[in-house]
Amino acid sequence: MNMSKKTKNICTAILILVAVILITLFDNDVIGNAYIKRVLNLAAIYAIISVSMNLVNGFTGMFSLGQAGFMAIGAFTVAVFTVPAESIPSIFYIEPMAPWLAAIRLPFVVALLVGGLIAAVLALIIGYPVLRLKSDYLAIATLGFSEIIRIVFTQMQTITNGALGIKCIPGITTMWVPFGAAAICIGIMVLLINSSYGRAFKAIREDDIAAEAMGINLSFHKNLSFAISSFFTAIAGGLFASLLTAVDPKQFYFTLTYNFLLIIVLGGMGSVTGTIIASFIITGGLEWLRFFDEPLSVMGYNIPIFRAGLRMVVFSLLLMILVLFYRKGIMGQKEFSWDGIYNWIMKVKTRLSRKKGGA
Amino acid sequence: MSKEYILEISNLSVSYGGIKAVKDISFAVPKGEVVTLIGANGAGKSSTLRAIVGLEKPAAGSIKFAGEELAGLSTDAIVEKGITLVPEGRRVFPNLTVLENLKIGAYMRKDDLSKDIEWVCDLFPRLKERSWQKAGTLSGGEQQMLAIGRALMSKPSVIMMDEPSLGLAPIVVQGVFDIIKEINRQGVTILLVEQNANMALKAADQAYVMETGRITMSGTGTELLENDDIKAAYLGKSKK
Repeated sequence: MNMSKKTKNICTAILILVAVILITLFDNDVIGNAYIKRVLNLAAIYAIISVSMNLVNGFTGMFSLGQAGFMAIGAFTVAVFTVPAESIPSIFYIEPMAPWLAAIRLPFVVALLVGGLIAAVLALIIGYPVLRLKSDYLAIATLGFSEIIRIVFTQMQTITNGALGIKCIPGITTMWVPFGAAAICIGIMVLLINSSYGRAFKAIREDDIAAEAMGINLSFHKNLSFAISSFFTAIAGGLFASLLTAVDPKQFYFTLTYNFLLIIVLGGMGSVTGTIIASFIITGGLEWLRFFDEPLSVMGYNIPIFRAGLRMVVFSLLLMILVLFYRKGIMGQKEFSWDGIYNWIMKVKTRLSRKKGGA
Repeated sequence: MSKEYILEISNLSVSYGGIKAVKDISFAVPKGEVVTLIGANGAGKSSTLRAIVGLEKPAAGSIKFAGEELAGLSTDAIVEKGITLVPEGRRVFPNLTVLENLKIGAYMRKDDLSKDIEWVCDLFPRLKERSWQKAGTLSGGEQQMLAIGRALMSKPSVIMMDEPSLGLAPIVVQGVFDIIKEINRQGVTILLVEQNANMALKAADQAYVMETGRITMSGTGTELLENDDIKAAYLGKSKK
């Protein structure tokens, strides 16, 4: 069963309109509050990172775990270059910021792009030797890289302010910034995936030997995918810094990468829409599950297991259930389509009517 | 009669670490013919093909394609010149649709593909019926057809096939060889590596027998079919 193209276009237009109206309402504080807005903004930023991680892990079939490192590059670039000159002395109170660096102040968007470019160049430099590795070995190498970045940032006292981190970064004032950036970044990646480069990425994922025999240059395409992914991850890292208005290297511990790994596994390796949906579910879910961390008393009796940390236990359990029973994630390798929704509704309908008929 | 050779291999050696898989072999593929290499497992047939298409770097020797040296070039450059390998064991992209598989075959081309997709679909009507199906859901025979079709999408002047009959039922093998003859009739030169010596020799204009990295015998397909040693070694008939 298929819907006509016109109906599909109308549905898409309605969906976009609803999103625009919702964001405008949130932005003007008609609905929601600062907390919900913060979670939604974070989810949009995580969506960019997860889609770019999926570009490497889900579409090109390389198991990379370097996301946190590239995010840190973007975050610190934005932090270093956008912190207002007058607050620099109070932030860098142990050792002053390098004067040549303090002299360069960049607008937010430029700093974002610079961060992306630095990450992409670094990705190319480490990608050339490292991307020859496969599966677990590549994962270990990229994980190591991410840790190196973090430790280097901890040591560069005059540039990143070391373990103290940088605060007073100009914040994001409107939800349009993260959501607009997400739309643009993900849009570009979708275009890439649907182009002939995207086909080459998928061919490498499916069977690298056959892909090579078809004349696809493995090293070039793997590096391309890795660099583009790093670029957008760093952009999102910059948004992250601006959203939190403070960064320090500890935030980019390698466990952060597992958040995104989780999102792409839940959403479906090789599905952009699945990844976007999952990043909202996981980011929202982590917040929603917070009540497990609060003490809980039933009829005056304090239940002892309700204490800080239980949230992550519950979360891990949910994940195990997911991996056991729902291995391909929400979407598998499929993408969201109106036809898919329509067929699903029809299937549920016929199943319900059959049940009624049987009873 | 002098022939025009599209592919000339001279003194080619391929080694993996210390192990020499191909030892100093020379042969030539005339334009527009079907040439086959037959031999047992480990004779060096696949390594020869892999070296020609640049997947293995030859240790020594030269590979000339229409007079141009290929040894040392990267695979993408070689495919662009017009040589394609149908890899052993089909190796279609299982989670991509038949159509996507075909498009990846034409990756090196930037021009319009619709005519060639139509051509491949005419050659393999089954693929047309299943163009939206995932390649992994096709039967073995259909996957082999797809692998050949995918290789044809790069519009090669030489197509090399590594054991296209591997793991296929006899009736399907016949179909594959019919297709090979049809492709050859349309002007594509074919270099075929086979263990199914009977079928391969029947299809071939020129044949070479490889043993432990060396070419030990050569002749036209029919000559080798009649040869007593070949019969005993590969066709399961005892010497008289």
